[in-house]
Amino acid sequence: MPHNHVSKAKGFHRWLVAAVTGGALLAGAVQAQAKPPECIAPAKPGGGYDLTCRLAANGLQEAKLIDEPMMVSYMPGGIGAVAYNHVTGVRDDDPNLIVAASTGAALNLALGKFGQQHTVDDVRWVGALGVDYGAVVVRQDAPWTNLDELMKALKKDPSSVVIGAGGTVGSQDWMKAALMAKSDDVDPRKLRYVSFEGGGEALAALLGEHIQVFTGDLAELKPQLDSGEIRILASLSEERMGGPYADIPTAKEQGYDVEWPIWRGYYMGPDVSDEDYQAWADRLKALSETESFAKLREGRGLFPMAKFGEDFHQYVKDQVADFQQLAKEVGLTQ
Amino acid sequence: MFDFLIQGFGVALTPLNLGLAFLGALLGTLFGALPGIGPINGIAILMPLAYTLGLPAESALILLAGIYTGSEYGGRMSSILLNVPGDAGAVMTTLDGHPLAKKGLAGPALGLSAVSSFIGATIAIIGLTLFAPLLAIVAVKFGPAEFFGLMIFAFASMSAMMGKDPIKTLIGAVLGVLISTVGVDSGTGVLRFTFDMPELYDGIDFVVMIIGLFAVSEILLMLEHAFRHDQDGEMAPIGRVMVKMSEVLYCKWAILRSSVIGFVIGVLPGTGASVASAVAYTTEKRISDRDNTFGTGDMRGLAAPEAANNASAAGSFVPMLTLGIPGSGTTAILLGALMLYNINPGPMMFREQPVVVGGLIASLYIGNVMLLLLNLPLAGVFARVLQVPRWLLVPSVAILAFVGVYQLHSDLMAIYLMLVIGVFGYLLRKFGFSLAPVVLGFVLGGLMEENLRRALSISGGDVGILFQSNLSIGLWIAAALVVLVPMFAGKLKAKFLPAARPS
Repeated sequence: MPHNHVSKAKGFHRWLVAAVTGGALLAGAVQAQAKPPECIAPAKPGGGYDLTCRLAANGLQEAKLIDEPMMVSYMPGGIGAVAYNHVTGVRDDDPNLIVAASTGAALNLALGKFGQQHTVDDVRWVGALGVDYGAVVVRQDAPWTNLDELMKALKKDPSSVVIGAGGTVGSQDWMKAALMAKSDDVDPRKLRYVSFEGGGEALAALLGEHIQVFTGDLAELKPQLDSGEIRILASLSEERMGGPYADIPTAKEQGYDVEWPIWRGYYMGPDVSDEDYQAWADRLKALSETESFAKLREGRGLFPMAKFGEDFHQYVKDQVADFQQLAKEVGLTQ
Repeated sequence: MFDFLIQGFGVALTPLNLGLAFLGALLGTLFGALPGIGPINGIAILMPLAYTLGLPAESALILLAGIYTGSEYGGRMSSILLNVPGDAGAVMTTLDGHPLAKKGLAGPALGLSAVSSFIGATIAIIGLTLFAPLLAIVAVKFGPAEFFGLMIFAFASMSAMMGKDPIKTLIGAVLGVLISTVGVDSGTGVLRFTFDMPELYDGIDFVVMIIGLFAVSEILLMLEHAFRHDQDGEMAPIGRVMVKMSEVLYCKWAILRSSVIGFVIGVLPGTGASVASAVAYTTEKRISDRDNTFGTGDMRGLAAPEAANNASAAGSFVPMLTLGIPGSGTTAILLGALMLYNINPGPMMFREQPVVVGGLIASLYIGNVMLLLLNLPLAGVFARVLQVPRWLLVPSVAILAFVGVYQLHSDLMAIYLMLVIGVFGYLLRKFGFSLAPVVLGFVLGGLMEENLRRALSISGGDVGILFQSNLSIGLWIAAALVVLVPMFAGKLKAKFLPAARPS
């Protein structure tokens, strides 16, 4: 850092210079579009996409799979649509650029929120490094001890239970609640759903008894699970997860066929050459097999997922098709 | 009970961590002083560095927390010197800080804001040390209905600012509320006023808003002055540099009250320095502005928001450390930084990670002292920035701001939007509007709408939920009082001074 030696400035000139160079360095460090690999987080700093980028950046560097450190830049706007436009239109053949994405991006594509002209095939989906699962959460002192009791209450009167989560109607968090309702033939539109600004606020509302049920993500709930403040009625995964989550039954084994995986992965521009695309797929695959990455992924609260290259592209494509079907069934689209 | 703190001071006082706390304080002051680069970007930029350098978790956190608190100190500089807020928490600082600089009191103003910041932060850190777990329980009691009540109170307090021209203040606030409705509707996901531009889906970014409104409009005003060859600088020569003890004592109640307000609002998840400083300023104006000097360079009007924004920064650590829920946008990033270290902040953190928690809290104490020592002597140095001609200074700062905004968005659209807002701000100022109500309407309006809709979703449309808890009833009564009491007081006055009747 150039600034730390300027502790006793004798005149403001020096400060002004320090300020200007400091600002220029900051800007330069993030903007320089030279060779180093880059990951765009299509959001503001600090969110899930930021961490998805850092997962790749830190992991690839520790495993020495890239020569130069990977830059993380931010492109907030349009729930990811700005970055999607950018990569399909401007940097469509940049071989050094990956963009963070998740199940949410697939859902937005399915709902046409990235613009009607955009489809899942407009970019090349290159790989996913981890996955989390939806969870149905209540307070420790809630009247329901298992999913069945909660669903019976919902069936009797859908508006008697206040459900909240960190997304709007039509978002992933809402879809979890809607699919739960649908699995027992309850009309999702009759649910009493409250949307918060992110999972943290929704969790606070649950702990403060403002809402009764929170449809969150499994791994982000570990601290509150450890302290015994919450009870997780069901994980929305194919099978039970291990470790601290071993006692949490899946929705499926309780008779409600709902799964909601939240994968964390990346896409590249549509005109990236097959070699470069394959090189990135191989690189991510190699990373996922290292031991140091397993620790990193666990710290980020993600379960293993290994889908790369064309395999992953097909997976996202199928998922978008599924979501389009689901959106119709829960009444989001016609 | 305070083992973690003793242990923490042991951690924080190692040479490496002391050095990092100092570096964080210094860089934070710089990031805060540069408009467009607030604490969020500062931390986002240094987070990978801390990780790559292989710093242990507590050291990284000490560095990043230093940047956070330092930038709340730094944010005031361009507010006072240039009338351009350095970050979100410093908008209210422009109201009395810049008039002071115009009077030639830039040095004392910077000094006073450093002292108020120090006291505000110290009170909040003590509050954090003593009451964190207890406060966390109270904080979650604050639900959508209570937040709505708080916003009503904040808007009611804003009527205090309606001094010169109540109608224009009202129009300004309503414009701010209107701008806050742009973007994806937070409840239903419907797009509002986005004109099919994905750049507008997430609403208008706060930084884009304040840089446009304040910095760009300032340049336009200057261009106009240059074009007409009038004297641009009604800036008085720089007088004395140090703040006097008597001036600090004059503001002592303003500082103490605002520290408590700032801390409490900081503790609430979802509200940060901008709301804290706004409520503190308007409350202080209500309580102590007897001669209508607020807004013309009253020391108390500077001390109040400065104490409050620093107090709220420390307060926002409470929900982060005790519940694992960020109390502000910046602590949300700190949470992310901790996750890189496999630490999940939450209810168990005080027990499982005493070194990290203790080290962080201890470093807040140390960093705060460092910031005071760093900022008091520098007040004189920075005050001299005013000797640079404004036609050079303001555009330079604006360029830095443009770079900062572009870096955060990687998209030219944000710059265009900033320019459009700048022209809008210029027109407002030409028509004699004050910009602060617009910004407040923008910040508070969004929060108010979201929380009203949440409350009504919870109750299924029953308005009764807004008056259910004692907390919300208290806030409604307080809001009614701040509007009604001066009205009746004003009626008595009106008998003697008919022109001074408030609306």
